[in-house]
Amino acid sequence: MEDILRLIIEKYNYWIYITLMMIGLYAIIAKNNLVKKIVGMNILQTAVILFFVSIGVKRGATVPIIEHAHDGAHHAIRAAEYINPLPHVLMLTAIVVSVATLGVALVIAIKTYQRFLTLEEDEILKQIREP
Amino acid sequence: MSEHYPALLVILPLLASFFISAAGWFRPVLCFPFTVAGLAGSLLVSLGLLGDVMSGGPVSYRFAGWDPPWGIYYRVDHLNALVLAVVSVVGFINLLAARSSVEKEFPEKAGPFYTLYVLFMTGLLGMVVTGDAFNLYVLLEIAAITGYALIALGKGRAPLSSLHYIFMGTIGASFYLLGVGYLYIVTGSLNMEDIARLLPPLYESKVVTAAFVILMVGVWLKMGFFPLHAWLPNAYTHAPSPVSSLVAPLMTKVMVYVMIRMVVTVFTLDFAFTFLGLNDAVVWLAVVAIVMGSLLALSEKDVKRMLTYIVVAEVGYMVGGFWLGNSAGFTGAVLHILNDALMTLCLFLAVGNIVHVKGNSRMESLPGLFRTMPWTMAALVVGALSIIGVPPTCGFFSKWYLLLGALEAGHYGFLAALLFSSLVSVVLFFRIFEVGYFEPLGGSHGSAHGDDEHVVREAPLGMLVPLWITALGLILVGLYTGEIVGRVIRHAVPAMML
Repeated sequence: MEDILRLIIEKYNYWIYITLMMIGLYAIIAKNNLVKKIVGMNILQTAVILFFVSIGVKRGATVPIIEHAHDGAHHAIRAAEYINPLPHVLMLTAIVVSVATLGVALVIAIKTYQRFLTLEEDEILKQIREP
Repeated sequence: MSEHYPALLVILPLLASFFISAAGWFRPVLCFPFTVAGLAGSLLVSLGLLGDVMSGGPVSYRFAGWDPPWGIYYRVDHLNALVLAVVSVVGFINLLAARSSVEKEFPEKAGPFYTLYVLFMTGLLGMVVTGDAFNLYVLLEIAAITGYALIALGKGRAPLSSLHYIFMGTIGASFYLLGVGYLYIVTGSLNMEDIARLLPPLYESKVVTAAFVILMVGVWLKMGFFPLHAWLPNAYTHAPSPVSSLVAPLMTKVMVYVMIRMVVTVFTLDFAFTFLGLNDAVVWLAVVAIVMGSLLALSEKDVKRMLTYIVVAEVGYMVGGFWLGNSAGFTGAVLHILNDALMTLCLFLAVGNIVHVKGNSRMESLPGLFRTMPWTMAALVVGALSIIGVPPTCGFFSKWYLLLGALEAGHYGFLAALLFSSLVSVVLFFRIFEVGYFEPLGGSHGSAHGDDEHVVREAPLGMLVPLWITALGLILVGLYTGEIVGRVIRHAVPAMML
């Protein structure tokens, strides 16, 4: 019991991302409304983004900007004092990708609505089966 | 010049997309020439790269001169040189055929269509050429997002099918990204070769196993590997014909390439085959994929939809062939990437011609087609014989290598599945031939035009010529299989499999 609690508390960032991811997956699979599914999809993507952001963080570290680098760059740099910027930079790209996906998905949802006059999936499928 | 080939390959279609979208606003007639120019450029570059790799070994390219673990790094060896050539050839042939259907189906959207077309090609070519795991994710999403938009251009329920594809595709891509993240946690690197160098001491770590499983599930979702294929048939059926003949041959094959690249270059065969010992389980999954894909194809009454289930079965061929883990299986899988791209292109182009003339591709519109559309149907026969695996079409040779691989590995389940699927294909295609050749046009809807059934009403020449180039390509690739295997694929086989 104590082990499990420690596992949860020490690695809480992973638990948060897994929970968010499962919420997203649940919405995609179980929801009937297409916009709710799209929201679930975005939650799923955000969960992965949060995961990446959290792995770059270090306790007590600061942003990786080295002051006066050009003239006094000869002093040693202690990596432990700076957070890892790479996962954060990667996530800038991933955020752009997720915004683009969200945009395309919403546009296609509008097209679906124009064609079937509803966003409830079961009603659309009913229309397709009995035209 | 030639040292910049790997970069030009991606940059040329990307630059073309700007010109095409601008032309779409001001001079729509210029869209098609710009698209041809962009894709012809990348076609020439990819053939040049294939020549360079065949004569001088692997080529690598550093963006802006940054050394591998830090900068983005492109690397072309025998495996991806071949896949690059396949992707650019298929994309270019299909572009030539697309013009007539675009003019007929959505002339006002020519600008956006061609822009999305070249961006899709940019994504695919980039995925194949890159040597960086995160770069691959970005290009994967470029190809996927443009693919969603292209599929949604279709009529009827196409937007709904495209939405389902978006949900599944996004889950797949997110899983891939998550797998890359797990790899980054343990190795601190994103360069494929660098990860492979750092991984061996970490094989015991559960994180690496988790990364492998998550990444594979993501890639399988994207390629429509059987239990994860649910999005594929609807998306490819309801897409407009120039889009399905672009997406169906290429997206699944490129994802198979990504799987091979990830297992061979990043995780290494030592880890996947010896340490995890997953090969037998995955080959059985492939057996299920082949059998179920074939059976589901049998139950379809629409030719295009039937073809999408054949694509599902063919994905099983390639995944199973690779995971057999021997040289013959690997050769079969890689050769099948080439052959299946061409076969699927040929069949989808033929169906595209039928849809162009008849308006749909259901079984009831097939009667009498051998008389009214002789050229299209003859090419369909060549494609069908290749899927069935009749020599000298190329489908026979890759199936032969796959069978050899199954025998060598002693995997009789896979052997049986391959034979079963060939038999099912015989049934599927001879049903089409029978209806198309022997069944007369129905009296009720054919009589209005008198002796309509003897008049040749073919698709325009712009669609027939690409179709016939592909059909002849199927036979030529079959005849030159020895050359292709000996000069390209043999060098791509990982040392551990020899």
